[in-house]
Amino acid sequence: MSAPTIRLTGVRRTFTTREGGHLVALDGIDLEVAPGEIVAIIGPNGSGKSTLLRIVGGLLAADAGTVEIDGRPVVGPDRAVGFVFQEPRLLPWRDVRSNVAYPLELAGVARDARDSRADALLGLVGLDGFGAARPHRLSGGMRQRAAIARALALEPSVLLLDEPFSALDALTRERFDIELLDIWARTAATVVVVTHSIPEAVLLADRTIVLSRRPGRVVATVVSGLRRPRTLTDLGDPALTAAAAEIRAALEDDAADEGSTSDAAATAAPAASS
Amino acid sequence: MNFGSRSRWHGPTGSILAVAVGGVLVLGVWQAIVAIGGYATYILPGPLDVAGRFVKAWAEGTMAPHALVTLEEIVLGFIAGTAVGLAVGYVLARSRLVDLVLSPYLVAAQSTPVLALAPLLVLWFGTGLPSKVVICGLIVFFPVAVSTLVGLRSVDPGLLELGRSLRASRRQILTTIEIPAALPAVMGGIRIGVTLAVVGAIVGEWVGADKGLGVLINEARGSLFDIPLLFATLLTVAIIGVILYGLSVLAERRLVGDRG
Repeated sequence: MSAPTIRLTGVRRTFTTREGGHLVALDGIDLEVAPGEIVAIIGPNGSGKSTLLRIVGGLLAADAGTVEIDGRPVVGPDRAVGFVFQEPRLLPWRDVRSNVAYPLELAGVARDARDSRADALLGLVGLDGFGAARPHRLSGGMRQRAAIARALALEPSVLLLDEPFSALDALTRERFDIELLDIWARTAATVVVVTHSIPEAVLLADRTIVLSRRPGRVVATVVSGLRRPRTLTDLGDPALTAAAAEIRAALEDDAADEGSTSDAAATAAPAASS
Repeated sequence: MNFGSRSRWHGPTGSILAVAVGGVLVLGVWQAIVAIGGYATYILPGPLDVAGRFVKAWAEGTMAPHALVTLEEIVLGFIAGTAVGLAVGYVLARSRLVDLVLSPYLVAAQSTPVLALAPLLVLWFGTGLPSKVVICGLIVFFPVAVSTLVGLRSVDPGLLELGRSLRASRRQILTTIEIPAALPAVMGGIRIGVTLAVVGAIVGEWVGADKGLGVLINEARGSLFDIPLLFATLLTVAIIGVILYGLSVLAERRLVGDRG
């Protein structure tokens, strides 16, 4: 399956609070992700990053606007879309192999086929020989590797990652970012990754979308202008440090600007063209 | 048997040793009370008298027919109570409306001790097997229903979202996420239910029956006036209770497994 285009137009999402009020989580989100592109979404807490990812994945519906994958409107979860959540979400009563094979089991793939596919995926994420272990025997990083293997089980053409390595320490996270890029190079999926780490965003992404505080709007789009494949030493590359500085500036502009997010969007507009 | 504590009595040999030591202590104290107080066997028989009567009662066939009747009542009541408890717990967890409508009545029903209802149930269902099955079933029902409800309600929403993201059907979510996730809680309810079911059967037999360990307890104290037999019967009841509890613990370990 070749990688699709993701297109969001005027996406808005509100939540009803416990007191019955309305909370605008996202407003006026326009975004296009090209086939095989990696886009990072960064923003302060409460900017609706995860909400946006869930809308793309069909786990939440938008109140207004449209979401299309390869021109087809997203109406619900799709098996061509792989989701990696912030927590590994492994089923604790299953061993690692059967966790990785779980999507295949739900899709009705025969046992032998799904076990051999799961073992191949475990090899891909560096978990050879851990198939028979229960999740709680693994470290946090290994569990998240298993979760990535699971997300790849159905050979998705779109991969959505919600702060996948936020529970890991900074060094491990950077190592995992590089591994993720290796895996991506072999699957060539269209990827959207939510993060709150600027280095992670610039290292992983072709473009980083910066969201404002609630209601989340796009305040900047920053290109990581560096060839692939990338390595950890590329974090010191001028192209990436410049991108990181630009993202930081956009985030700080938004933080300095109390309340009026439309101003932030206006001042950030020139950055979007860079 | 390990009741959940983990200390230096760890491992199978350790726990067998612990049970043996406990048993010797209890029997020693019991024998000492009998010896020091000089009680007659028709007031408080010593452990050796009871052990002798226990063996004799089983050997001459006094105990077995009663024990089998009681066991049958417990097992059938347990199966019925568990089945209805699982079903009701599931419906309550599924539907807020049913929960709102039914829960107050369930709690009210549970606040009325089933044992106090025993005379009524024997009046309605007779002195045979059915009344005891109903009593045991009612006793088992409540903890199983509540633990099923709690177990299903407390399933990690993250896992449910995972299932949804993978387009799992309603049925797949139930069998691959909800049931396994609720299992530890449900097994806890079953463990409570199974021990209470033994009490239910004995009390049901006291109220009205012609066979069963409860009947034998009454006869041993009354017409037979054989107090060692009374104690031997209590010992049989205790053994049934411990075996059933042990089976429920084994089943729990088998089903729940190693989750960390």
